[in-house]
Amino acid sequence: MSAPVHPVVNAAGSAPAGGAAPLRWLRANLFASWPNALLTLAALWLLWRALPPFVDWAFLDAIWTAPDSKACRAAAGEGACWAFVAEKHRFILFGTYPYEEHWRPAVACVILVGLWAASGLRRLWNWRLVPLWAAGLAAVGVLMWGGVPGLPYVENERWGGLILTLLLTTFGLAIAFPLAILLALGRRSGMPVIQGLCVGFIELVRGVPLISLLFMASVMLPLFLPERVTIDKLLRAQIAMILFAAAYLAEVVRGGLQAIPRGQYEAADALGLSFWEKTLLVVLPQALRISIPPLVNTFIGFFKDTSLVLIIGLFDLLSTVKVSLTEPAWTGFGVEAYLFAALVYFVFCFAMSRYSQSLERELARADAGRRR
Amino acid sequence: MSARPMIELRKVSKRFGDFQALKAIDLEVAPGEKIVVCGPSGSGKSTMIRIVNGLERHDSGTVVVDGIELRDDLREIEAIRAEVGMVFQSFNLFPHLTVLQNLTLAPLWVRKMPRRQAEALAMELLERVKIPEQAGKYPGQLSGGQQQRVAIARALAMRPKAMLFDEPTSALDPEMIKEVLDVMVELAREGMTMVVVTHEMGFARTVADRVVFMDQGEIVEAAPPQEFFGAPQTDRARLFLSQILGH
Ligand SMILES: Nc1ncnc2c1ncn2[C@@H]1O[C@H](COP(=O)(O)OP(=O)(O)O)[C@@H](O)[C@H]1O
Ligand SMILES: [Mg+2]
Repeated sequence: MSAPVHPVVNAAGSAPAGGAAPLRWLRANLFASWPNALLTLAALWLLWRALPPFVDWAFLDAIWTAPDSKACRAAAGEGACWAFVAEKHRFILFGTYPYEEHWRPAVACVILVGLWAASGLRRLWNWRLVPLWAAGLAAVGVLMWGGVPGLPYVENERWGGLILTLLLTTFGLAIAFPLAILLALGRRSGMPVIQGLCVGFIELVRGVPLISLLFMASVMLPLFLPERVTIDKLLRAQIAMILFAAAYLAEVVRGGLQAIPRGQYEAADALGLSFWEKTLLVVLPQALRISIPPLVNTFIGFFKDTSLVLIIGLFDLLSTVKVSLTEPAWTGFGVEAYLFAALVYFVFCFAMSRYSQSLERELARADAGRRR
Repeated sequence: MSARPMIELRKVSKRFGDFQALKAIDLEVAPGEKIVVCGPSGSGKSTMIRIVNGLERHDSGTVVVDGIELRDDLREIEAIRAEVGMVFQSFNLFPHLTVLQNLTLAPLWVRKMPRRQAEALAMELLERVKIPEQAGKYPGQLSGGQQQRVAIARALAMRPKAMLFDEPTSALDPEMIKEVLDVMVELAREGMTMVVVTHEMGFARTVADRVVFMDQGEIVEAAPPQEFFGAPQTDRARLFLSQILGH
């Protein structure tokens, strides 16, 4: 076969309308050269081998509902047992939170996701976000703890599942982010003591794995505290996660700060702006804007890293999955359970990633509009 | 008018590491006086005017601006900066803010001016620098000449008692130099105290009360423009003038 290589310059999307367009697109994108064609064929072959069995297992032969695990056991290996997920989803999502009160963590999840979504809208980027977050987080706290008329008190040892993951992420980032900005500013402050402390903290935290921070927070921290002071496990884990996120975010923010030309500082100084006016009105708005893509990247990583709290005995989304598998009737359906957890993680991370991409495009467009 | 100088430098020295950038500079600028500073590149012109508003700290000597001596006290420095406007070679407008926001930022925050008043003042100043129609645009959408006029208006929005210019036209395409100089000439006519680092000798002739010639960190000559251009006293000044006027 001699496949003539056509000089197709504008590959995708620009082919003229007509019957030949799809063919041309195929040739330009999938069969442009011999290695390209081979890779395309190899990929197709793999898909053909892997996809049908997976579709069979996950959909066609799957058991969606079942009164107990017997039906699933009978169909062992043939199809997925989504009945398990259907049976356990409340526990996976909300942990050991009192069953009849599950609407509370559910609403809390919606509030948290809503807060994040609102923060993503550029036209809401102003000071009003601060009271909005304050009100939202307060509402989440009241919902989760209760202890007010109509909402029985639920101690936080019973919080778990998706809401715990979202809470750790949200409070982690909401506190770590301002802290990170202070650390980044401190690192650039030129004041030896402050600079030294900031550099020391950042490098120390970045130099150890998150797991060891969590262990330290859960095992070592109580040793240093006076006898009667006890901080609960959730708070200790949250503190560790905040410190961890702050150190990484600080470096991202520092990168943004470094990109601001000296002339901007000098112009602000020359107008008589104080340090904080200069920082908040001139430097940070520009620096954070540059940092958005790496910031979102770090956010995504942090969201997934919260799953590590399972090693110190907190029941985040991944831990509740693990625990739900320990029930004798349902052991052995780990694939389904972990696929479900992965799907939940994926939905969140994919949304964040797509958001970050669209934001980048939007900002690039806005920047282009601000130039001639 | 008080007899007190607006700006007073006495025996001001500045080193960068081993390099002596300013060597015991003396300079007095009376209220309303216009000074043009010239001299070869690296002679310390920028360093001198940056010391006046504390962007650079001097090592020794005294700097007094509007009766306040510049010390290490940050609040005092900020107070002086609010009274002394500065225009940079590279404009240094805030790119994330519109032209109007660039002009109102410092009046709102430093002067605590009500927003409506700050915006009225900003529009009035944009009229003066002849670009009121650009108020809603971002700096990146303006030409260099327009940006520099916005920068001048931004400094004027603080109602400063003196204005410092550090080579305000050096970064501009030739066809835009005049529009900026026109604004500066008008400002001079209105009686502003000005210290202008520039090599625009036409501007110096029209506007300057005195031309200060610097070389190697020293003020070598300071004389009214006719004297300085007509009969420079030193070889260094003659050489410099022949170089910039020669071609
Ligand atoms: N921040 C600095 N660090 C080190 N050297 C500097 C610094 N600023 C200026 N200088 C040096 O001081 C001298 C005078 O600089 P400057 O005042 O900018 O001169 P001019 O404005 O007359 O061209 C130059 O030799 C310059 O290299
Ligand atoms: Mg200079």
